[in-house]
Amino acid sequence: MLLGPSLAVSAVLFTIGVTGVLVRRNAIVIFMCVELMLNAVNLTFVAFAQRLGVAGQIFVFFVMAVAAAEAAVGLAIILAIYRHLAPP
Amino acid sequence: MAWLTGHLTVLVFWAFAGVAIVSAAMCVTRRNPVASALWLVVTLFQLAGLFVVLDAQFLAVLQVLVYAGAIMVLFLFVIMLLNLGQGGPHDFKGVIGLGVGAVLAVLLLLQLSVLRHLEPPAAIALPPGTMAAQQAHDGLVGTVARPLFDAYLVPFEITSLLLLAAIVGAVVLAMRKL
Repeated sequence: MLLGPSLAVSAVLFTIGVTGVLVRRNAIVIFMCVELMLNAVNLTFVAFAQRLGVAGQIFVFFVMAVAAAEAAVGLAIILAIYRHLAPP
Repeated sequence: MAWLTGHLTVLVFWAFAGVAIVSAAMCVTRRNPVASALWLVVTLFQLAGLFVVLDAQFLAVLQVLVYAGAIMVLFLFVIMLLNLGQGGPHDFKGVIGLGVGAVLAVLLLLQLSVLRHLEPPAAIALPPGTMAAQQAHDGLVGTVARPLFDAYLVPFEITSLLLLAAIVGAVVLAMRKL
């Protein structure tokens, strides 16, 4: 079974995402690192779904929907910030 | 034969995992936001591969369609709309910021590494191969779709409300006059 390795890979990806949020200044790159963290957690859900039933996969479905909504609103906010800082 | 398949699965898993970790590191360290976004696309594709190895084929397809397709196109669109393709000199924090980030990352990794030894209690864990058997019985989509439209119907409908709110919010925020 690949539960332990999956959790280890997920931990590494999550840490890389956190590091990106901590060391980068570019708002869009920080946002991409947040997406990376969400994906690391998705991997955890899928790994557990293999052992504990399909509910984990359904949670990944909801996480994807939330991530899509978050990306749309977040990028709109970033657009508004950049427009505010540097008016065309 | 089963022995060979098991080892092959582990090999494929580590191939996908290795490329995912390397490309995630590249995504964080590249100065150019477009390069960062493209490395993130590579990571998302590798994660889709990991999903297939972990018996979640439908989610792997969704991962490619929604993440690598829709969300990353949105990111690239905004990067190019704002003309951020070069990456400035102040893209990374200073020495202190980098040091604090590295220390916190190592601490977090040490804490999360405990997860490696985690094993679900035997009372609730399914026997190995249950998911594959269920998928053979219900089909790859049916395995996910049946509970989604049955036990999780209300959360599913609430998700549509969330997406509607996100659409309205994005349109309002992107209007010229705030």
